[in-house]
Parts: sequence; structure tokens; C-alpha cells
Amino acid sequence: MKKKVMSVVLAASMLAGMTMSAVPAAAAEEEGKVLNIYCWNEEFQSRYMDYFDAKGLLPEGVTVNWVITPNENNGYQDKLDETLLNQENADADDKIDIFLIEADYALKYVDSEYTLDVKNDIGLTDEDLKDQYKYTQDIATDSNGALKGVTWQATPGLFAYRRSIAKDVLGTDDPDEVQAALADWTKFEEVAAKAAEKGYKMLSGYDDAYRTFSNNVSGPWVDEDLNVVVDENLMNWVDQTKSFTDNGYNNKTALWADGWNADQGPDGKVFGFFYSTWGINFTLLGNSLETPVDAGGKEEVGNGAFGDWAVCEGPQNYYWGGTWICAAKDTDNPTLIHDIMYTLTCDPVTMKAITEDTQDYTNNQTAMGELADSDFQSAFLGGQNHIKLFAEAAPKIDMSNISPYDQGCNEEFQAAFKDYFDGNVEKEEALSNFYTAITEKYPELNTPE
Amino acid sequence: MVKNGYSQKDKSDRAVLNVRRTVSYIVLAILTVICLFSFYILIINASRSHPEIQKGFSAMPGKSLRINFNSLMSNDNLPVLRGILNSLLVSGGCAVLTTYFSALTAYAIHAYNFRFRKAAFYFILMIMMVPTQVTALGFVRQMNAMKLMDSFIPLILPSIAAPTVFFFMKQYMEGALPLEIVDAARIDGSGEFHTFNFVVMPILKPAMAVQAIFAFVTAWNNYFIPNLILQSKMKKTLPILIAQLRSADFLKFDMGQVYMMIAISILPVIVVYLCLSRFIVAGVALGSVKG
Amino acid sequence: MTASGMKHTRRRKKGVSYVKWGYIFLIPFFLIYTIFSLAPLLSTFYNSFFENFMSGLKQIGPTFVGFENYVKIFTEGDLLKYAENTLIIWIMGFVPQIIVSLLLASWFTDIRLRLKAQGFFKTIIYMPNLIMASAFAMLFFALFSDYGPVNSILQSMGLLDSPFRFLSSVWGTRGLIALMNFLMWFGNTTILLMAGIMGIDTTLYEAAEVDGAKPSQTFWKITIPLLKPILLYVMITSMIGGIQMFDVPQILTNAKGTPNRTTMTLIMYLNKHLYSKNYGMAGALSVILFIITAILSLVVFFSLTKKDD
Repeated sequence: MKKKVMSVVLAASMLAGMTMSAVPAAAAEEEGKVLNIYCWNEEFQSRYMDYFDAKGLLPEGVTVNWVITPNENNGYQDKLDETLLNQENADADDKIDIFLIEADYALKYVDSEYTLDVKNDIGLTDEDLKDQYKYTQDIATDSNGALKGVTWQATPGLFAYRRSIAKDVLGTDDPDEVQAALADWTKFEEVAAKAAEKGYKMLSGYDDAYRTFSNNVSGPWVDEDLNVVVDENLMNWVDQTKSFTDNGYNNKTALWADGWNADQGPDGKVFGFFYSTWGINFTLLGNSLETPVDAGGKEEVGNGAFGDWAVCEGPQNYYWGGTWICAAKDTDNPTLIHDIMYTLTCDPVTMKAITEDTQDYTNNQTAMGELADSDFQSAFLGGQNHIKLFAEAAPKIDMSNISPYDQGCNEEFQAAFKDYFDGNVEKEEALSNFYTAITEKYPELNTPE
Repeated sequence: MVKNGYSQKDKSDRAVLNVRRTVSYIVLAILTVICLFSFYILIINASRSHPEIQKGFSAMPGKSLRINFNSLMSNDNLPVLRGILNSLLVSGGCAVLTTYFSALTAYAIHAYNFRFRKAAFYFILMIMMVPTQVTALGFVRQMNAMKLMDSFIPLILPSIAAPTVFFFMKQYMEGALPLEIVDAARIDGSGEFHTFNFVVMPILKPAMAVQAIFAFVTAWNNYFIPNLILQSKMKKTLPILIAQLRSADFLKFDMGQVYMMIAISILPVIVVYLCLSRFIVAGVALGSVKG
Repeated sequence: MTASGMKHTRRRKKGVSYVKWGYIFLIPFFLIYTIFSLAPLLSTFYNSFFENFMSGLKQIGPTFVGFENYVKIFTEGDLLKYAENTLIIWIMGFVPQIIVSLLLASWFTDIRLRLKAQGFFKTIIYMPNLIMASAFAMLFFALFSDYGPVNSILQSMGLLDSPFRFLSSVWGTRGLIALMNFLMWFGNTTILLMAGIMGIDTTLYEAAEVDGAKPSQTFWKITIPLLKPILLYVMITSMIGGIQMFDVPQILTNAKGTPNRTTMTLIMYLNKHLYSKNYGMAGALSVILFIITAILSLVVFFSLTKKDD
């Protein structure tokens, strides 16, 4: 494995050296000597170290300073906001140069003056950016159409189902046939009823399907006059989840809860899970094993439910996850930022290498297309080439309906309706609790109350 | 006859005492089990791997104790030992400053009859009631303006002005510090500051040990403000490192390491607590003030 | 003449040259307090009269709005509901806490009971407080989850047919918060009370024993009256702690006060406004909380100290 990484890195660095010879070494010298990167975990740091720093692309004399602030209690955004607002008065070496954001609150930063335009200010060209999936750019495009952030990941979601349960319920575990049976929500509900008859649950938690609905709304959470609009599709999620709950089609768990994880294990009785790229290869795989890798278990058929899973597109397209890189206003390292952004989010060689080394699906249609057309097989998914499905699903994702308020709205909406699913409140009260929570978070918004 | 009556009373007394003792032990045993249960799970989970923990509870330890420990120690972004050192520095500083200065402030109001004494007392009593969360963001903004970000000063120095600790000291002095002792010291020619340090402080030892523990633990577990003030990784305290582990990305997220980290960060407080709790017991002899 | 003479003698009695030390010893407290706490506090109060929050990274205001924030809190918010939640959960934790702590403190200090392994027990009961509230809540969350160990134990004992969903039930969640508060603080209270009892002259107990007083008599006639200052301290700080209850319900319910906002405490409500840096609403809410706490504390303080004077 290590050897492989080394050879890929070597090849990539040679290639990168060629493509980036346009960057004069002198330009970097005039720039700041400290690159401050604000983030909330180490994911980007390891990508940066393995695919940028390791290639010797960092100009001599420049140090990278990582400011990692945990997300807990909104800590990361608090710290980032405080520093950004102070950016003008800060010393050059204390200014933020790069910061990372997530999709649900991306517009808060993208739509502000504190992020630089990656084309006009940083210098990435349309040619550089052409291979990125459109939805990843939609999320980081401001209201004037300027692209303000780029990501190395694409995170299309699929529906991962248990082969043995599908066979029992539908008589087949073939991904194409299962997909046909789950092609829309009406069919999905029919299968849920059939599964329940056989003693299975269709889904595990209340929130499993939420993203599939919230990614396919007809308009943003907040309209131009700052009114909160609850989309019809979200109410469809409410009604479906309520009926699933009352009919016993789900296990009343929640994402990341013990019960939810256990439902993915060898003894799980749940038909399937909505999971995106990273979730399938790491979370689902880890959960499915009888003997964990740490305890000497092997990732092979025979260990728990390994090999008993497969993926299909499911009723609707959606994405889940991802981290965007933004350049901060007043940075004194624009060239270096350009190089980092180019190498990690535009360079097909690097991105293909990331996918091959880490199985993380990357934001490059050409590179991913090559892998999709290869004879790649996932043993965990019973020999399926899931990259192919990802590559088909990713271009269909439409994220043009996002708003800067998505994080709070999605979070509070699910929380408020949990009470409804639990039978603690009626639908109207849940909706009114949601409006209360939203006005607390965003005092500027109007709610129909 | 009289003798007989006495011994009967003695007997029934002893029986009552035995019953009370048994009841006490039973209650204490139950409480002990409840109290230790959390620690038990903590240690069990620190020895289990991430997928094992995710799948649910177990009463038996796993096999990943060493793996969890090693992967925690080899993480460059999580300087655990440095974190312990930082936490010790901040918490120790807080404990020392808060007990000493609160005692001094309480002594000022307890022992001197100056004009604004009552006003000062009620003022401190009043500010005790300010919810701490209220001023947090204003505090951070001010520290930013004072160029005190990423420094331990805003975490340690404010503990000098701790209204609740002051209030405790004041209440304790009322029960345990007769002013005659101070007068006696004055007659012996002791200066006021000297009297406080060498006559009053020894009397306050049990109270100070108690408050030192509380202050230490509170500072040790404080996450909210330090997370907003501290930036560089070599300055971070343990709760921030724990939160950092918990918000790790999907590749690195590992509950086994989280539990291991929590276990590691509890260990030093237990040690400090054991040291200071001995002080309290010893304080019985020292602290008993006899007119 | 006479007046000044009297003043003179009175002063001499209290010690003329000593008074200045009272002021000197207060300097550190007030200096530090002014710099680090008073300034942010006053700005909090000041802000309560303004519309002042962040919309994303844009500052809205500050615009002077008079008492509008206060009006909003009383008319739109459910302040009373959150106050009620806070009070209920606090009482559910405090009553057992003070009873158990008094019991333990009197046992530990009872010279006739002579409990063995006291050091061990004293150490143990405080230990839950050493765990961070967040870690403690995390543990409880796992323990009492739908498929967690508590439910499986109850089910295997035949007490339940299907899992009891603690965190989806009003009294289940409130009960868990109260239980955690109790566990975290009863050791603390016991130590405080013990420190108070240790300050009581032991000869009083010896004399009582010679006089043949029953343990309950010693407890009510000697311990409780002499413990009054510390009891007062425990009452007031616990009440303030109760009103400021935050960490445990915040983490246990993921800041939502679920179910149906029945575990939303006052400070959790306040914290909601800090998300948007809403200094106006948060400021107004703090002023209200401050007034409530001040009144409650002063009532307790004066009702308990009056008899002494």
C-alpha cells in the first residue's frame, strides 16, 4: 500500500510540476510566510499533507498554521466569525488565508465579502474547473453567480440494502431489479409493507430518508422576502415517516445512535440505509462486521454481513457530506492558495490518486468516469462496481435551491417533528415549535405565526 | 439496681447504633455502586474498538485498550501530554488564585468594619447571580481587543474575582473565625497581612481545600470559554482535545479513542482530588476553633 | 464636641489604623472583576435596549429599541414555560440531594457511629463530579437509549415488554436530568456540609453525648443551627446553579429541550439567542434572569439570617 502511494505521489508530482510550471517561483516569495488554515477536523489536513505538502509544492520558508476548532456547540463558526470580522485589523501573519465550510451553512460565508472569488481573485480558470460536478459548484456560488469555494469531494448518495433481506422480500438481490422495485416513493412504501410482513423494517430511524427529500425541494427554505417556506416535499417526508412509524416500518432510531449502528450489523433486520460515498466504505462496512478489524477481524466475506450489501440509486438523488475550501479576503498568499486549490480539487491525477488510495470519491468527472468504466469490484458490496453508480448519480444532483439558513432549518425541522413521530405532539404543534426555534436562531426571518 | 439500668440502656443503645451503622453501610454501598458505574463503563469502553462501541453496550472489556492508547498518543494534532500540562497549569492556577483571593476578600469584609463593608458584601452577593453564559461572548470580544487571545491569562486571572467562592469563605468564617483570634494576633504585634497569611489561613484550611477542589475541577472541565480563547494546538486544554476527537471526520472518528481520552483526562483530577481530600480530613484537627 | 469625641472612641474601639486594610484587601477582587467581568456585563445590560444581532456575517443594528426586547420575551417567548421546566427539574434533583447529603454528612461526622472506610466513601461520592458534564451526558445517553443496557436489563427482568424510550418521554428525560444533577452534586454538597460540621466545636458533641442526647437530638439541636451559614450557602448556590442549569440538558437533548421543549431550561433558552449573537434578546433575557435570581436569593438570605440578628 505504502509503495503504491509513493509511486502515485511521484507520478503526480512530476505531472503537477509540468502543469504548474506557469507559476513563477518569485511570485510566491513576495507572499506571506504564514498560511493560516481554519478548520474543524483533520480531514483536509491529511489530504493536504499527502497530496500537496508531500510533493514539495509548498514554497520554501512558508509555514502552514492549522487552527483546528471543534464544531461542538457551534464553536468552529463562532471562532471563524470572530476572526473574520477582525481580519482587517489583524497582522498579516494572523489573518485567515484559507478556511473550510460545510454545505449546510456554505452560503453564509459564500454570500459574504469575506470570501474571495476563486476565478477572478484566485485565478482558477473555467478549464481548470470543468471537471467538477455541477452541484458542488452550485453550493459554493454566491447570489451574483461568483464561485467562492471548491471541494475535492463529491458525495452522491445511494440506497444501500441488505442482499439477503432483499432476496427474502423481493425474491432478488440484483441491483437493477431492486432499483426497479424502489424507483419512486410509492414503490418504496409498497416494499416497506412487504418487508414488514416478513418481520423486517424498511428503514432504521426517522431521519434516514430526510436528505433524499430535502435535496429535492421546489424552492429554498427562505424566500426573497425572508419568509420561511416549508416545502411540500418536506411535508411528504413528515407524512411518510409518520406512517412508517405508526405501521412499524422503522426502528425509531436516529442517525449515529447505537440502535442505528446496530441495525447495520450482522443481526440487523433493516432492509436498507441511505448512505453516500464515504458512509458506505467506512461506516457501513465497519458496522457490518462481526469481528472488528481492531480485534483481528478481516474485511472479508464470512465476517458478519460483509458481502451481504449492495447499492442502488433509490427513489431520488441526493448528496450527503463534503467540505469546501474558501480563500479569505485580505489573504497575503493568493498564489499558494491557487496552487492548493488547483492540486487538490482540479488536478485529475491527484484526484484519481485520492480515490484509489483512500476510496474517497473525488470531485472530478473524468477521473471518476475512468474508474467507473474499469472492472473495479467491491467485495463488500458482493462484487458490485458502486463507483459506476456514483458516477451516474452525481451529475443528477440539483442543489440550486439552497439558502444560507439550511443548517438551522434542517436541524430544527427534524428535531421538531421527532416529537410528532414520537406521538408527543400533533402536527400543527410540531410545525409551530419549528417556527419558534427558527426565529430564535435567525431573528431576521419571518414565520407565518 | 442503678448499675443494671445503665447497662440495659447501654445495650439498647448499642443495638440502635448497630442498626444505624448497617443502614449507613447499605446506603453507602448502593451510592458507591451508582457512582462507580459510570467509571466502569468509561474504562470498559476505553478498551473497546469503535465498531464494538457503536453496536452497543458490553459489561466485559474489549481487546483494544492498547490500540486506543497508542493511536491516541501517536496523533500529531492531539498533544495529549501537553494538554494535560496545560490543563494542570490553568486549573492549578485557578484553584490557587481563587481560594487565596476569595479568602482575602472575605476576610476584608468579615474582619474590618469599614464604611462600604455592607455595600461591598451585597454587591458581590448580587453579581454572584449573573448567569455566566451571559457575558461569554462579550468577554471573548473584549479579550480580542485586549490582545489576550490564545493566552492563559483570560482563563486564570478572572478566578481572583469568584463571588461564589467568596461567599463560601465568608459563610465559613462566620462559623469558624472568631475575631478574638485576630485581636490576639494584633496584640502580639503581627501585621495585618501577616495575620491573614499565618493566623487566619491555617484556620481556613478545610474550607480552602474544599474550594480548591471545586475550582480545580470546574476549570479542568471547562470547555466553552477556553475553546473560544485558545488557538494553537500546543496551548489547548483537555476538554478541547476531547471535543476535537469527537468532531473528527468519518475516517478518523473513533469512539474508543474518545473514551480513552476521557479516561486519561479524568485520571489527573482524581489524583488531585485524592491529595486534597486528605487535606480536608487533616483539616478536622486544624480547623476546630475553640473560642 | 461630644459627637466627635464619641466617634473618636468608637473608632478606636474598632481600630483606626486597621480599617484601611479592609479596602486594601478588596482591591484585587474589584480590580479583576471590573476588568474581566463588569465590563462585559455592563455591555450586556446596555445591549438589552438595542436590536443587535448577526445575520450570517452581517451585523444588524445596533438600533435603540427601548423595552421592545423585553416585551418580545414576555409576549412571544414561552419564558414561563422554561422557568417552570427549570424549577421542576431543579426540585427533582435538589430535594433528594439535600436529604442524602445531610444524612451522609451527619453520618460521616458522627463520632459515635465511627463508620469504617470513610475516606473511601467520601472519595467515591464526589467522583461523578470529576467527569465532564458532556462526557457524563454522553454516557447516560448511551445507557438509557432505546436499545441500551438499562432497557435490556429491564426487559430481561420481565419488567418491560418493549423498550421504554426514556429520551422521548417528558418525565423520562426530566428524570434523567434530575438524576444526573443529583449524582454530580450530592458529593459536592456532602463535602460542603461536612466542612461546615467540622467547623463546629467538637466539645459540643462530646457534651451532648455525656448528657445522653439521641443522635437525632444532636442533629437537630446542634448540627442544624450551627450549620446554618453553610446550609444557606448550599441553598443559594444550588438555587443559582439550578436557575443556571445548562450543560446536562443541553447535551442530553442536543440543545433542543426535547420532547416538545419540556426540558428547555432558562439558560438553554438564553443560549438559543447566542447562536445568532443576538445581544439584544440575550441581554434582555439576562437582565430578567438576574432580577429573578436576585429576588429569590435575597428572600432566602434574609429569611434565614433574620433570626440571628
